[in-house]
Order: sequence, then C-alpha cells, then structure tokens
Amino acid sequence: MLLEYFQMIDRIESLDPVSGKIRTTCQVPTESPVFTGHFPGFPRLPGALMIETMAQTGGWLVLAKVGFSRMPFLTRVESAKMRRFVEPGEALTGEATLTHDGSGFAVIDGVISCGGQKVASAEIRYVVGPFPNDTIRAAMLSKARDIGFAEEFIHA
Amino acid sequence: MASTFETVADIIADTCDIERDRITPESHAIKDLGIDSLDFLDVAFAIDKEFGIKMPLEQWTQEVNDGKVSTEEYFVLGNLCANIDKLVAAKPA
Repeated sequence: MLLEYFQMIDRIESLDPVSGKIRTTCQVPTESPVFTGHFPGFPRLPGALMIETMAQTGGWLVLAKVGFSRMPFLTRVESAKMRRFVEPGEALTGEATLTHDGSGFAVIDGVISCGGQKVASAEIRYVVGPFPNDTIRAAMLSKARDIGFAEEFIHA
Repeated sequence: MASTFETVADIIADTCDIERDRITPESHAIKDLGIDSLDFLDVAFAIDKEFGIKMPLEQWTQEVNDGKVSTEEYFVLGNLCANIDKLVAAKPA
C-alpha cells in the first residue's frame, strides 16, 4: 500500500468474475506521511482508507466483470463498520462479493480482515460508466497487470 | 398484493425522502419529483431487487439520447411501471 498515492491494493490473490468474487492483499506500510497526522504518537490506518481499500478491491472485480470496457466510480457507502484499529505493518486481506450487477451500476459487499479477524466491512455502490479518457484507462490496465490481474480478464 | 405502482412509489418515497402523497402515476421522476441521477440509481437498485429484474437503464438512456423516445416513456411513473411489468413478464419461469 502507498497510502499517500491511494494505492491500496498490492496483489490480486484470486478473482472470479463469473461467481463475482475477489480477494486481494494489502500490506500496510510501517511508515507513511498519513501516519504523521493520523494520529500523532498513535499511528493507525484511517477508517476512510479502509473504505477506500474495500472500494478498490470491489472496483477491480467490477472492472474484470466488464472486461475493462467501463470504469466503476464510488457513489455510495452503506453500513460501514470499522471494527478495530489497524496498525502500521499489518497485512490485510480484502474481499468483495458482487451482490448486484445492475445496468450502469454495481453493488458489492466488501470486507477487510487481518489474521482471519474481520477488521472492516461495508456495502459499496458504484456507477459504471465510460472511462473519462484514454490516459486513465491505460493507467488502470497497467496497474492491473502490476498487481497480478490474469490476462484473460483484460480485454484491452 | 401491492400493485407495481404502489411498490415503486413506496421505494421512491423511502429512497429519495419524498412525501408519498406527492407521487402519482402521472409524476415525472425528474421533472416533477426532482430525483437526480444518483438517487435514481438507488431507486433502480431497489426496484431490481424487489422485482428480480435488471432494468436496462443504459439502453433506455441511449434511446432517449438518440431521440428515439421521450423521457416520458421511462420516467413518468405509470410508464415506468408498465415497463417493469414487461420485464417481470419476460423473466424465465
């Protein structure tokens, strides 16, 4: 994870767009500028970034579902729970299940866990629309390959 | 059993925080009720779940943008409910 660049996902561990499931790994850095303010003398992963981690995990699942033809953008977070603190250096697992594949929108249930213990959960909704431009689409494809996206799910 | 309109009106009232009495079959979701696109996605999600369908919003939007149909066809609630009924009838048994 590079928190200051909103790079939350290190690796896609498993991905099945047909059944609508994905699992990712996310290594919380031991040091980050984010920890300077959150919090002084008590560094913890911000809850907002836990939500972002779930949103990105589910986002990669939606991208696979649509074969990178369109892009999901976060529109709504429901029933978010941050169940415990996450400290620098902890290894997280992100999981998302596609609960609704709508026309122009998608809904996932997201979970972050650490050592088998659930850390955070939320229902996350996206609008799924055209990529704003070619630059962001190319960047997403490049990032997908970097984090281990299977080539069969990239229909560039 | 509630009619399609009653169910949809309840969903809109609950999702968009609109007084139920203001919602009629003649109401236009955007022009009369002021539902924006984001709220309409939430309404669509609730309708999809309630009726076990997938409303083809992207196709409908394209048809409107192409000038093939007016917004009234899909956004006046009586018409929307008729389209929902067609989708429900077309569901595999």
